Amino acid sequence: MTDTLLSVSNLRVSFPTRSGVFEAVRGVSFDLGRERLGVVGESGSGKSMTGRAILGLVRPPGKVTAGRLELNGQSILNLPEKQMRAIRGSRISMVMQDPKFSLNPVMTVGQQIMESYRLHSGQSGRAAREKALGMLHAVQIRDPERVFDAYPHEVSGGMGQRIMIAMMLAPDPQILIADEPTSALDVSVRNEVLRIMDKLVSDRGMGLIFISHDLNLVAQFCDRVLIMYAGRVVEELAAKDLHNARHPYTRGLLESLPRLDHAVERLSVLERQDGWRDEIRPNGA
Amino acid sequence: MTNPDMVNGPGQAGLPPVKGGMPGLGPSRWRRRAKSVGGVAVSLVLTLLGLLLVTFIIGRVMPIDPVLKVVGERATQAQYDAAYQAMGLDRPLWDQFLRYMAEVLRGDFGRSISTGHPVVEDLKRVFPATFELALLGTLIGVFVGVPLGVIAAAQRGGWIDQIARVVALVGYSMPIFWLGLMGLLLFYGILGWVGGPGRQGIIFDGFVPTVTGMILVDSLIARDWAAFRDAFSHIILPASLLGYFSLAYISRMTRSFMLEQLSAEYITTARVKGLSEWRVIWGHAFRNIFVPLITVIALSFGSLLEGSVLTEIVFSWPGIGQYITKALLAGDMNAVLGGTVLIGTCFVALNLISDILYRVLDPRAK
Repeated sequence: MTDTLLSVSNLRVSFPTRSGVFEAVRGVSFDLGRERLGVVGESGSGKSMTGRAILGLVRPPGKVTAGRLELNGQSILNLPEKQMRAIRGSRISMVMQDPKFSLNPVMTVGQQIMESYRLHSGQSGRAAREKALGMLHAVQIRDPERVFDAYPHEVSGGMGQRIMIAMMLAPDPQILIADEPTSALDVSVRNEVLRIMDKLVSDRGMGLIFISHDLNLVAQFCDRVLIMYAGRVVEELAAKDLHNARHPYTRGLLESLPRLDHAVERLSVLERQDGWRDEIRPNGA
Repeated sequence: MTNPDMVNGPGQAGLPPVKGGMPGLGPSRWRRRAKSVGGVAVSLVLTLLGLLLVTFIIGRVMPIDPVLKVVGERATQAQYDAAYQAMGLDRPLWDQFLRYMAEVLRGDFGRSISTGHPVVEDLKRVFPATFELALLGTLIGVFVGVPLGVIAAAQRGGWIDQIARVVALVGYSMPIFWLGLMGLLLFYGILGWVGGPGRQGIIFDGFVPTVTGMILVDSLIARDWAAFRDAFSHIILPASLLGYFSLAYISRMTRSFMLEQLSAEYITTARVKGLSEWRVIWGHAFRNIFVPLITVIALSFGSLLEGSVLTEIVFSWPGIGQYITKALLAGDMNAVLGGTVLIGTCFVALNLISDILYRVLDPRAK
């Protein structure tokens, strides 16, 4: 971690409900450099909401507060919508779970890729077309010209996700948030998509926040891992040390996975303790 | 493309090879469309055939003696029998149906008993009046109702949403004849802003040569601006009234279609790209509601074409709704059946048009 791209401290996202204020994210802190940061947790642990809060995509009545939310040392917390739009897409971008739903069904792939690039670069349609074809090539699509004019329903899931990556990386952002980018894909294409994403992200020296519920995937793919539980980070460790995790929740997550190297009679059931919700993380922050 | 094992990578499976007849790409897309249009044409003919069969059966089971209507109540038995045979009622039913079909295909619906004219002549006169009114009403409903629905959805719970809700509620629940009478009282009687009942003022009546039968269009063709202004001042109140009712329906439906789209994932994608809210709503979400919206607009237009009898009566509008109602009350079956066939055909045609529009507007429609 040479320089910090994104610095987050005490990030909170809350929603008012009839029975009081619900806090989806309760004081998350981390720094992101030019690295791959994994964020792991069960559904409802606040990992996706953390990503959306960074992008300023929490819609009212949801509320985002933070001690610090800085992009390159400049605060982006609750910026006016207009300034936030200039950051979204061009400096921070996001790839979502299922390309079947996250691509607009009535626009061609080419239109969708060109749209964000033209918006942020101010280039002409011709240059944008070149860029879009180049991006499709970069995500290893064999026949970019043909896919350029195709509609999302005409491509497969794996290809859709590569199109999504091409679209989000076209304006050259510094940070990519990947929110379960492979959960909707077949296992067979998962690694391919990850490999392409990894190559593009590291070639460009970008920071990647990889949100997933898949511990093994994160351990293989990321440099550093945050384990989230009930809206908080319960443990932070290097991916290679994941199997030496100390927190009982992380251990529980690991033990509830089937193993190939030795037989396990019965997989243990994940146990959760209310005490973890509010304990102070041992390694500070 | 340096990696050789990519060539047959599983990720490429989504697009079949070019020569294998790529679904939805290249010239085969048009061939497939032509084929499906052919299928639509077949179903169209069958629908119209069914429509004729139904109207034929209605004509035969109605407890109205068509012969008696023609010969009158004082006719002798011999006169009655002669008319009975002349009308072909002594032949078997299938034969009668074939003759009925042949007549309809020739454009012959018989003679109307109440007006004494051939039914076709009558329909040529009354249908354009209704068409003009329904078209203008639908245009008002679309151009006000759709933006209202979209904005209401985009600012859900905001003040525009609340206003749209009240407007639609009033539109749903107010009796149209009452609103019509009040409208006439206020805008014609008191304020004098609009023309009164009827399609034209007396001095313009029959002034403009009939081309389409729609006075607004005919006066434009004749470049008679005074007649145009007069016709417009007569049509604007009933058209606004019908427009208001279709607006109520269209805006509510638009709102719910938009809400569904605005919660979709691709809207988040569009926002992640940094697009303006305007672009997200009109460029992304709105384009996705075209298909259901066209259905709603076509249905609403169709129901106005059917003749809004109450509006036509309140405004003395010589349209098809009034014509059929009067014919029905007079037991004038030729006029009723002719009008029914015409309206049924309009519905079928509207369905066909919206079907074609689906195909043009939604790339997923196969």
